[in-house]
Amino acid sequence: MLGRLSWAAIPFNEPLPLLSGAVVGIVILAVLVAVTAKGWWPYLWREWLTSVDHKRIGVMYVTLGLVMLLRGFSDAIMMRTQQAIAVGSAQGYLPPPHYDQVFSAHGTIMIFFVAMPLVIGLMNFAVPLQLGVRDVAFPVLNSVSLWLTATGALLINLSLVIGNFARTGWMGYPPLSELAFSPDVGVDYYLWSLQISGIGTLLTGINFVATILKLRAPGMTYFRMPVFCWTALAANLLIVAAFPILTATFLMLLLDRHLGMHFFTNDAGGNQMMYVNLFWAWGHPEVYILILPAFGIFSEVVATFSGKGLFSYRSMVWATLGICVLSFMVWLHHFFTMGAGADVNAFFGIMSSIIAVPTGVKVFNWLFTMFRGRIVFRTPMLFAVGFIVTFVIGGLTGVLLAVPPVDFVVHNSAFLVAHFHNVIIGGVVFGALAGINYWFPKAFGFTLDDRLGKASFWCWLIGFYLAFMPLYQLGLMGMTRRLQHIPDPSWRPLLLVAEAGAIVIFCGILCQLAQLYVSIRTRERRLDLSGDPWNGRTLEWSTSSPPPAYNFAVLPRVETIDAFWYMKRTGRHPAEPAYEAIEVPRNSAAGFITAFFAVVMGFSLIWQIWWLAVLGFLAAATVVLIAGWRIEREHEISAAEVAQMERASEVRHPA
Amino acid sequence: MTIAAIDRAPTEVPTELARGRGGGGPASKRVVVAYGFWIFILSDMVMFSALFAAYAVLRGNTAGGPTGAELFDLHRVFIETICLLLSSYTCGLGALSAERRQPARFFTFAVLTFVLGAAFLFIEVSEFAHMVEKGAGPSRSGFLSAFFTLVGTHGIHVASGLIALIYLMAQVIAKGLQAATLRRLLCWSLFWHALDIVWVGVFTLVYLMGD
Repeated sequence: MLGRLSWAAIPFNEPLPLLSGAVVGIVILAVLVAVTAKGWWPYLWREWLTSVDHKRIGVMYVTLGLVMLLRGFSDAIMMRTQQAIAVGSAQGYLPPPHYDQVFSAHGTIMIFFVAMPLVIGLMNFAVPLQLGVRDVAFPVLNSVSLWLTATGALLINLSLVIGNFARTGWMGYPPLSELAFSPDVGVDYYLWSLQISGIGTLLTGINFVATILKLRAPGMTYFRMPVFCWTALAANLLIVAAFPILTATFLMLLLDRHLGMHFFTNDAGGNQMMYVNLFWAWGHPEVYILILPAFGIFSEVVATFSGKGLFSYRSMVWATLGICVLSFMVWLHHFFTMGAGADVNAFFGIMSSIIAVPTGVKVFNWLFTMFRGRIVFRTPMLFAVGFIVTFVIGGLTGVLLAVPPVDFVVHNSAFLVAHFHNVIIGGVVFGALAGINYWFPKAFGFTLDDRLGKASFWCWLIGFYLAFMPLYQLGLMGMTRRLQHIPDPSWRPLLLVAEAGAIVIFCGILCQLAQLYVSIRTRERRLDLSGDPWNGRTLEWSTSSPPPAYNFAVLPRVETIDAFWYMKRTGRHPAEPAYEAIEVPRNSAAGFITAFFAVVMGFSLIWQIWWLAVLGFLAAATVVLIAGWRIEREHEISAAEVAQMERASEVRHPA
Repeated sequence: MTIAAIDRAPTEVPTELARGRGGGGPASKRVVVAYGFWIFILSDMVMFSALFAAYAVLRGNTAGGPTGAELFDLHRVFIETICLLLSSYTCGLGALSAERRQPARFFTFAVLTFVLGAAFLFIEVSEFAHMVEKGAGPSRSGFLSAFFTLVGTHGIHVASGLIALIYLMAQVIAKGLQAATLRRLLCWSLFWHALDIVWVGVFTLVYLMGD
């Protein structure tokens, strides 16, 4: 009746996960009670849960990413602490089976449920505004994407209390992840939550490619698009081309586990290295799915806060597209030690080094944009400068790792761990934080506190260097990754420094929470009435903050790159345009309800409650069919209403 | 692909260039929907390419079990292929009838498409059942795992296509051949033709080269 599910699934004998699960449960319960007591459900349901507005969906994505950042970070600090104390004869406080789950969950959550939602959320929020249009190509599909991503996040957190998570690392390499060596539900939690959220991500990719290529304001030719739109286009092309590979790969592993097939098993003709190849054929493009939008954010931030147009816009675009193509030709550098031979390794080593060229072009473009600019050091700009310095170091160690003989020595070591944290924290996380500080006033109509923002930046920057520079050295000293116990006491001082770094990063996170709290409390004093708090260059700053549901009462006409800057310079603003009626998409509960049934289905598949899985699937499919039956998906805002809303929001442009 | 007249560009874009190209402003809904669906098909092709790659890697790994040459019956597969290719032809005729707003002819061709697709599926399922009976099921060897997964995934696509066809026929009955239903039919026919292309790959790489 209940498959593999029984009371034994709840770890009564392990206080740590039970306690943290209880805390999370109490927090969720408290939030639900508060929402019910205040009577906020109708508002939440109407304005957020069923919203198909790309701005709202973007905000929800970012919120999901930030919440999951807390979860992923608590995993990180648990690992740092374990490594700092489990030295020599001491065994630490995390037994191996638990420690293995912690590092697997940390990687999975940080990549799929922190970095991805942050990046996709910012794209959701900013891209249609920058393109000067009213929404994405498929608004309801967008809501489905969001809620399927949330489904995956929920399933992965359920594993904390019900059953256990994978002990295989975030890549889930077979044969360890096969049924023979991982018979419990851990790997199934990993596979099903990523399969379900992966569908959401794929739909996002389709949606944004169609949006950017087919929906742009009149006059916005390709080479007038803001750079962030270009990087978003490249990232979404990569999603469309790479995520199906991951889906197919996980499908094969699931078939091995559920139906006894032999794709990656040790016996009967399976091939483990095929998994590793397929995984990284997705995995390396994934790296650029995350970093390209961050490059785009930095391009916007650097240009805006230098008061100059971006240096060599065209080379920035071509560098983006070059990286997009090259990212599919380097996957083998993740496993040079496979034994493919010198020729193959040489090819992939050279290709990997070549990617540094377009990236270098970008770095010089940012530097030349700042050169002789009137630089304003607000929080986003600090993150941009911190990124340029940090990312260059990460890039250099990356080029080092791209040299096969070097890789043979330091692969699988703490050096590698330091390298990819260097580029992900210094690149993606800094980019997301810069983007949040940059676009927050546009989303909510008031700016974030700059002092606390700067404090959080310095904590993140210093904390990062303290936490990861020691790992470079430890890697060179021979420390491998994922150690539950440290055999060599001479590594301990550096591990203590790394622990201190993690604590400093924690202070950075606390500063951000304080920044949010303080900013909301004092929002009356920090209102952004102009819609353009940073003296911006692109179209999102030409509308009010927050923008109306339809974004632009009249679609802007674009004549140059940096369209809004040009409009401000030439003063081309009709006093009051002739407003027309606007069609906006209706709310849809399809995304939320589909995701609800996807949770039921995913959970049942993990625990092999087959009848419930079938019911969950049928219910989700029915919701999709009902949603697909509707013809009238828009409702009209009349011209009079548009005019009234526009006058009320008083968009004031500098003359 | 010449239904342009049915669904004009949205009114807020005055220019005739409004097809989402260059500086012409947002494209019409029909263009956006079909374009998005093309991208979806592209992603589906990428998934199939991963399954093809897995098949190419594992096709020799029979683990002492039967090989393709011992299992495949080319005559049967030939009939199967003819069914699917013909169904694409009737699908095209159905799309043309829908475009010309001829519901009776549309339903005739839609039913024919369904029957041919169902026949394809029936032959495929019976082939699978036959193989499992002989002890050559998907868990026998790496080769057979890859075979069943690749061909089976295509089969599941065909099956969902058939369900979607019934659903769309019901929509046409309920709402007639209007802009929204025509857009959905256009997407469906794109999907159906794409499955043909995948099958040409399966027929060549799995059956012809495996025999």
